Amino acid sequence: MTVIKHDIRRGAYYDSVVLMQLQCGLIGLPGIIDAGVVMATTANCELLAANNLLSDSIAASPDDLLIVVKAENDSSASEAIRQVDSLLARRRSSASQDFRPRSLSAAVKQLPDSSWALISVPGRYAAAVAREALELNQHIFLYSDNVSLEDEIALKKTAREKGLLVMGPDCGTAIINGVGLGFANRVRRGPIGLVGASGTGLQAVTSHIHNLGGGVSHAIGTGGRDLKSEVGAITAHQALDLLARDPETKVIVLISKPPSPDVATKLLSAAQATGKPVVVDFIGYPPPARKLGNLHFATSLSEAAELSIRELENWRLVTKELESPVSSLYLRGLFSGGTLAYETLLSLQASLSPIYSNSPISNSQVLQDPLHSEYHTIIDLGDEFFMVGRLHPMIDNDLRIRRLRQEAADPEVGMILLDVVLGEGSHPDPAGELAPVIKEVIGNSGLMIVAIVIGTEDDPQNLQSQVERLSEAGAVVFRSVTEAVNHVSVHLSRHAKNEFPPVTLDRFAQPLAAINVGLESFYESLTSQGAQAIHVEWRPPAGGNEKLALLLARMKK
Amino acid sequence: MDIDNANQNAVERMMSARPILKGVVTARDVIPGMKDNLLLHAGPPIEWARMSGPLRGALIGAMLFEGLAANETEAVARAERGEVEFDACHHHGAVGPMAGVISASMKVYVIENVEHGNKSFSNLNEGYGKVLRYGAYSEDVLKKLRWMNDVLGSALADALAQSNGIDMRALIAEALHMGDEGHNRNKAGSLIYLKLISPLIAKVVKDDVVESEVLQFIGDNALSVLNPVMAACKAMTDAAHGVEGSTIVTTMARNGTDFGIRVSGLGEKQWFTAPAEIPVGLFFSGFTQNDANPDIGDSAITETAGIGGFAMATAPAIVTFVGGTPKDAMNATLEMYEITFAESKYFTMPSLDFRGTPTGIDLRKVVELGIAPRINTGIAHKNAGVGQVGAGLVRPPLSIFEQALLAYAEKYEL
Repeated sequence: MTVIKHDIRRGAYYDSVVLMQLQCGLIGLPGIIDAGVVMATTANCELLAANNLLSDSIAASPDDLLIVVKAENDSSASEAIRQVDSLLARRRSSASQDFRPRSLSAAVKQLPDSSWALISVPGRYAAAVAREALELNQHIFLYSDNVSLEDEIALKKTAREKGLLVMGPDCGTAIINGVGLGFANRVRRGPIGLVGASGTGLQAVTSHIHNLGGGVSHAIGTGGRDLKSEVGAITAHQALDLLARDPETKVIVLISKPPSPDVATKLLSAAQATGKPVVVDFIGYPPPARKLGNLHFATSLSEAAELSIRELENWRLVTKELESPVSSLYLRGLFSGGTLAYETLLSLQASLSPIYSNSPISNSQVLQDPLHSEYHTIIDLGDEFFMVGRLHPMIDNDLRIRRLRQEAADPEVGMILLDVVLGEGSHPDPAGELAPVIKEVIGNSGLMIVAIVIGTEDDPQNLQSQVERLSEAGAVVFRSVTEAVNHVSVHLSRHAKNEFPPVTLDRFAQPLAAINVGLESFYESLTSQGAQAIHVEWRPPAGGNEKLALLLARMKK
Repeated sequence: MDIDNANQNAVERMMSARPILKGVVTARDVIPGMKDNLLLHAGPPIEWARMSGPLRGALIGAMLFEGLAANETEAVARAERGEVEFDACHHHGAVGPMAGVISASMKVYVIENVEHGNKSFSNLNEGYGKVLRYGAYSEDVLKKLRWMNDVLGSALADALAQSNGIDMRALIAEALHMGDEGHNRNKAGSLIYLKLISPLIAKVVKDDVVESEVLQFIGDNALSVLNPVMAACKAMTDAAHGVEGSTIVTTMARNGTDFGIRVSGLGEKQWFTAPAEIPVGLFFSGFTQNDANPDIGDSAITETAGIGGFAMATAPAIVTFVGGTPKDAMNATLEMYEITFAESKYFTMPSLDFRGTPTGIDLRKVVELGIAPRINTGIAHKNAGVGQVGAGLVRPPLSIFEQALLAYAEKYEL
C-alpha cells in the first residue's frame, strides 16, 4: 500500500533546478518510490497528475512550492517531508576545485603576473610547449629531456631575441628570487648569484653556500648542453649579463662540466666583463690560473662555494675599463723562455681567442708560419726553428728586437708581451738593448708593452736597474707570469657587446608567479614555497593523434 | 593565408552583428525557399527513416496543422513516400528549439541584422507541457498552435509594427546580468521581452480579453524569448559564416539523431555529423535517463554565438546542471575560453569581473585540446509527444570537429 503525502510552502520561490535537485534528494531517501517538487503552476500540476503524484485534495497556486512524495509507508513519507528543509539547505560539501586550464594561454590569462613556465612534459612535446610559452612572454624552466639540439638552439635564439631565458632542456635546478624550481634546496637569500649547467652542481654549491652562512640571489640553470659549441652558451651569457646588472648580486659563481674551448673563452670574457668577482668551476677543466682579473678558478664544488664567500668578504666592484684602448686589438708574446711561453698560453687560452703559437697546447693553436703572427700569438723564440745558426734569445736580443718592430708595425696589435730572464749565462744587460726599442715602439704606435722580469736581486744584471729602465721606457713590468697574464687578460679579453635585448631585472625582483606544465609535484612545490602558480592540465595535442597534431602545427604557422 | 586574421574577421562580424526583432510574419511570405509542402526541422538534414520519435511527431503534427495529411497514418505514409519535403531550418536562415519544425503557414519571428543586412527566423514558443517541439500532435496541441498563429502571432505582428523593433543584442546583454545564460534559463530575458512588448500589445489589441490572454501567455512562459534569442544568435553566426580561411564554428545543431556543425571557412551546406549523444542532467518527476532522446534542437546556436553553456558563470541559479556550486559554473565558462577565439564585446558577466563571454569556437583549439563545447539543453522524451523530461548538459562528439579539420586541410591544401 503506497502512501502519497504532500507539503505546500506558500509563496516560496525556488529556481526549478534547485527543485529538481531536491526531488532527486527525496527519491534517494529510504522507502520513497517517487517524488515531485514543483512550483504549483497548472502545467506542473498536470505533470504530477500524469505521474500519479497528485491527489484531488491538493489546492495550490502557482506561487506555492508543492512537494509530493510517494512512499512505501506512512512513516517514510512523513520522514521525507521532514527532510525537505535540510535537503534544501544542503550544500555540496566536496569543495569545488579551482579551474585548471588545459592550455598555456588560458593559464596566463588566469595568472597575468606569471613570468615563468615550468615545462616537464614528455620530450617530444616539450619544444612545442616551450615555443608557445615564449610567445606568451614567459621565461622557461625546461625540465624535459629528449629535446633535440636543433630545437634547443632554435628556442634559445628565439628567447634571446625577446629578452627571455630558456633554462634547459634537461634543467633540473634553479632558484629565482628565493623560490626553488624543480629540484632545489631551501637556501637563504643573499648576494651570491649562480649560473650552472649542472643541476646537482647548483644544488651542491647553493647548499654549501648556505651552510657556510651565505645566501643566494638567483641560481640560474642553463641545461647540460648550453656550453656545447653548437648552442654557444646562449643562456649562460644571458644569465651572466643579468647577474652583472642585478644590484642584489655581489659575487657570481659559474659552474659547468668542461665546456668546449671556444665557448669557454667567450664565457670567461663575458665573466670578466661583469666587473664582479666571478668564481668559475668548470669541473674537470684545468684551471688556467687561480685568478685572472676578477675571475677566480675553483677546482671543486665546495671550493667554489668557499671562494664565493671569501670574495664576498673582500668584495669591491672591479673597476675594469670596459672600453680599454687596446681591447679590440691582439696580443703578441715574444718569449725567450719556452716554459714561460707555455704557461702564458695555458693561462690566456681561457680568455683570448683565437690564439696561436709555435709551441701550441692543442692542435688548433698551431701557428702556420712561425715568422708571421696571426690574431693572438705566443712565440717561443728559443724554439729550434729560430735557432739555426743563431744564439739563444736569452743571450742575443737581435732576433727579438727585429720581431718586436715587426709586430709593432702591425696595426692589429695592441699589446706585446716580453720575458726578460736574468741570471748567470744570460745577456749582461738586456734592458740596455730592449729599453730604447720599447720606447721607440710605444712612441710610434701607442701600443702597450708588458715585460715579465725573472730574476733575483743577486743576479749580475742588477734586477732593480733592469726593471727601472724597462719601466722608464714605458713597459709595464711584472715579476711573474701569473701577474702579467692577469694584466693581459683584464685588458684584452674581449666581450662582444650584447646586441640582444637584455633580460629585464624587474621580473626577477617580483614575487615569483609561474605556470606549471607537466609534473604536478613541481606545482605543489611552488605553492608550498608561497609562490603563485597555476597547473596546466596538459594533454598531448589532438589526444595524441599525430596526423591531426601535425596538421594543427602547420595551421599555427 | 593567415588563419588568425580570418578568424578575427569572422568573430568581429559575429560580435558586431546587430540583430533587431523586426516583426512576425507568415513563414511562406518571408523565409527564403519556403513552400507549402516543405517542412523545416532542427539540426542537420536527415531523411525520414533515420528520424527520432520527437522529430517525427513534430513533423506529423505540422502536416496535420498544414492540412498536408488528414491523420497520423496518412502523414506517416506521405512522409515515407517522399511526398513531403524536409530540410534543415539552417538552410533557410531559420532556427527552432527541440524538433524546431516550421511549416509554411506558421508565423515566425523576423530578425534583421542591421549591421550586415542578413535576416533570420524562428517560430513562436509554445510554452510547456504537450507541445509540438517535443513531438506532440494531439488535437489540443494543434489547437494551441492555431491560437498562437491567429491570435498571439497577429498581436505580436501588429505590436512590433508599432515599434522600430527590439534590439536583441541589448536584451541578451541585460538578461545575462540578471541570471540568464540565454539557453536553459531565459526567465529574465522573457520578462524584459514582456516589458517591452506589453505597451505595444496594449496599443494594438482592442479586445481586453484577448489582450489579457496574450500577455498572460507571454508572461507565463519563461521561454517566450528563447526563440527570438536563438534567431538573434543565428543572425550573428550567419554573419560570421563564409569568411575564407576561418576555422570558426558557425553552426551547432542536432536533429535528435545526428549532431552537426558547420565552419565559417567551409561550405554553406557542408555539415560534419556524428550520432548525437544523450544529454546528462536532472529529470522531472517520473522520468529517468532511460527516457531521454538523443540531443535535439537548433538551440545550440546560443553556445555558437557565445552564450548558453558558455555563459554559465553568469547564471548561478542553475548551477546544479554543472555540479552544484557557483565555482563549478565559473569553471564551465573558464573551460570554454580555452576553445574560443575571442571574448564578447557586448555580452559580459559580472561574476567574472565583466569579462566578455567566450565567443567564436575555434575548430583548431577544440581538436588540439580535446575539449568539446558545453551545451546546456532541455531533454526530450524519446517517444513522440511525451514532452520535456529534464534538462542538462551535453557535448557534441569530438569526431565531427576532427572531420571538419581534415576537410579544412583538404580545401586549403595544408
